[in-house]
Amino acid sequence: MADRRVVVVGAGPAGTRAAERLAAAGLRPVVIDEAALNGGQIYRRQPAGFTRPAEALYGFEAGRARAVHGAFEALSGLIEHRPQTLVWHIYDGALHLLCGTKAERLPYDALILATGATDRIMPVRGWTLPGVYSLGGSQIALKAQACAIGAEVVFMGSGPLLYLVAYQYAKAGATVAAVLDTSPFSASVKALPALATRPAMLAKGIYYTARLALRGVAVHRGITPVAIEGDDGVAAVVWRDAAGRERRTACDAVGLGYGLRSETQLADLARCDFAFDPIARQYLPVTDQDGRTSTPGVYLAGDGARIQGADAAELAGRLAACAALRDLGHSVPAAEFASLRAALAPMAQFREGLDTAFPWPAHFAAGFADSDVVCRCECITAGDLREVALEKGAPELNRAKALSRVGMGRCQGRMCGPAAAEVLADALGVPVEQVGRLRGQGPVKPLPIATEIVG
Amino acid sequence: MSAPIQADVIVVGGGIMGAATAFFLRRRGVKVVLLERGLVGQQASGVNFGNVRRQGRFLPQLPLANRSRAIWGQLSELLGEDAEFIATGHVRVCFRAHEADRLEAHALAVREYGLELEILSANELRARYPFLAPGVVAGSLSPLDGHANPRLAAPAFGRAAARAGALVVENAEVLAIEKPGDDFLVETAAATYRAPIVQISAGAWGGTLSARFGEKVPIVARGPQMAVTEPMPYRIAPVVGVFSDNEHEGMYFRQVKRGNIVWGGGWRGPAFPDLLRAYIDPMNTLRQFPMVTRVAPGLAQLRTIRTWSGIEGYLPDDIPIMGPSGKVSGLFYAFGFCGHGFQLGPGVGDTMAELIATGSTPIPLAPFHISRFAMQ
Repeated sequence: MADRRVVVVGAGPAGTRAAERLAAAGLRPVVIDEAALNGGQIYRRQPAGFTRPAEALYGFEAGRARAVHGAFEALSGLIEHRPQTLVWHIYDGALHLLCGTKAERLPYDALILATGATDRIMPVRGWTLPGVYSLGGSQIALKAQACAIGAEVVFMGSGPLLYLVAYQYAKAGATVAAVLDTSPFSASVKALPALATRPAMLAKGIYYTARLALRGVAVHRGITPVAIEGDDGVAAVVWRDAAGRERRTACDAVGLGYGLRSETQLADLARCDFAFDPIARQYLPVTDQDGRTSTPGVYLAGDGARIQGADAAELAGRLAACAALRDLGHSVPAAEFASLRAALAPMAQFREGLDTAFPWPAHFAAGFADSDVVCRCECITAGDLREVALEKGAPELNRAKALSRVGMGRCQGRMCGPAAAEVLADALGVPVEQVGRLRGQGPVKPLPIATEIVG
Repeated sequence: MSAPIQADVIVVGGGIMGAATAFFLRRRGVKVVLLERGLVGQQASGVNFGNVRRQGRFLPQLPLANRSRAIWGQLSELLGEDAEFIATGHVRVCFRAHEADRLEAHALAVREYGLELEILSANELRARYPFLAPGVVAGSLSPLDGHANPRLAAPAFGRAAARAGALVVENAEVLAIEKPGDDFLVETAAATYRAPIVQISAGAWGGTLSARFGEKVPIVARGPQMAVTEPMPYRIAPVVGVFSDNEHEGMYFRQVKRGNIVWGGGWRGPAFPDLLRAYIDPMNTLRQFPMVTRVAPGLAQLRTIRTWSGIEGYLPDDIPIMGPSGKVSGLFYAFGFCGHGFQLGPGVGDTMAELIATGSTPIPLAPFHISRFAMQ
């Protein structure tokens, strides 16, 4: 039993706690991570030579960041950490790894996928201009490299990250030209009961908003983006306020995002069953309450399973490890399962509250001009998608992809997929779940042809 | 259930073979129903490499390939849609002297069939195609061949057939097929169809249907191992294929106008017709890398962004089943094209429509008759 190989993909909060629990059971898990240093995106560590204290990097979360970092460091010697390594495919009970240009096949007995999330993007005219970043990307620039994406930045979109990143930029000394939130204030009021399930989190949200106001940052709710303008780069954002008046805010960079999207490609390649999640408006892998998928030996934890944030990810990582251990024949106390499940329960309710407060603006898809670019890799416009839907009879996303090239570029639909689904569903006049989801195809990220097989 | 829908011909299977047959039958005024289990052109017809190649084929297949090539040249006018066919030329290259001898012999043999190939020396090849590796010793260029977009071709045939008056029914799996009297009855979940003539053009699934008429064939399903790179400036015009005795060296690639380079070859993967799935074995993709850069070393600078497979039907002699049934009158077959059907598709459609509508065709089909398996 001791030589069973358990692999954890991802070294963020979920992956760290999963590895910790596996090591505590006497296993020596392999932890694979794309980044050079552990911590994931939320607790991303700064490169060597940077000396900002945790409080400057993580704010209120400094304590949790230190705890997660510390837990991972304590595993030194007890786990096999493979940093800067991409899992580019999963096939026949083995992971396919890429480190630099070296490829390796790594069979597993159990696999915990803690792959996290990435920004969810709703395009707007001009979103492909230089100077437009995702919200998450804007935050990483600041967190990892102490860089701002511009001197005068507009943050536009929705979700808690919108306020957090704007606050972090303002605090770091950048000029925040405006925070433009597409969700109306009334949505926050409606969400309050659910959000109150985690009062400390709710208080943090209120704090960021208040601090932005104190610094004189204009915050507008219920806006509708019109365009990002500029010739060689961003010059302004044009938007309509809640009263419908068109306004223009000069800036030289835009951070854009509408919450997060689970990174589910590896679960897809592992052939896990997916089902439509009406809260996320996304197809997500099906799991039981402990993270077991439909594929034996494959478990999910953290934001890669569903977006519940870093604290929930720590719990879910540990819980998935417990499930894997039990399935491998280890004894895991029933009380441990019970307490982790109980701790996770309010997280789900809080998450539903966030989705109520900051809804994904699916209805923008109907408003795109035919010339608006939806898929930036392949320059596929809303008009192209409408044509394959209405004139070529594409009833679902994979057919639309085959006929139009949407989602066929470098990102393989990771950025454009959710918006493309909305445009297609709107054109066909069907609910978005009916257009399905883009089938996952390896490699998860581009694979150099110079890659050599090792091992 | 309501009364059967009557037609002259029912085509079972909406790949490029069935869709093209339905289209050309309509041009002859035949009342045709095309039944497709999923969407037209979704299986092997939609996921193949996109080769419009005549050289290197089984020689008795060349009249059919020539007829097909002529249609490819007029496809946009015929269908009113662009399937991205471009006659870029198709070049087969080799790395060994004895392989070069065989390329020359092939060039002589195909001349009888009206296909003119140009044999190129190593120096001529490098002058024309500077991306080729120094180890390439000779090549054979088929200047009028080229490539097209498989994702577009069969669906375009299906839509053109529908515009021409064919009843094209998607998401219509055939649940039962029989010939109780003079007519065939074909049952799907939503309707039953009746016609005196049926064509089975169901690719890797064709054998299951022919078996219902007492004609079993040893067909197996395999999946090509395809990949595509990120786009780069358009520099590689011809389709390039490697001619080798070693199957694993047999790579082929092409660059699309968009800039991506598509390749396949070398290995085949598992395919599961019952699940409607075929998979890439990631090790095959990795093994293809040195085989691709062996031909075009510059491609080592690129990255692959997607891989895919599909379900192709293979027969032991590597040629398809095409022509009338050996047992049942009014029954015709066109399936099992062994991974080389895409170029033939338009010609198969035209030829089968001619055979069905007139009772004969000048295209020799004897080598492809299903009875060759009944003899065993």
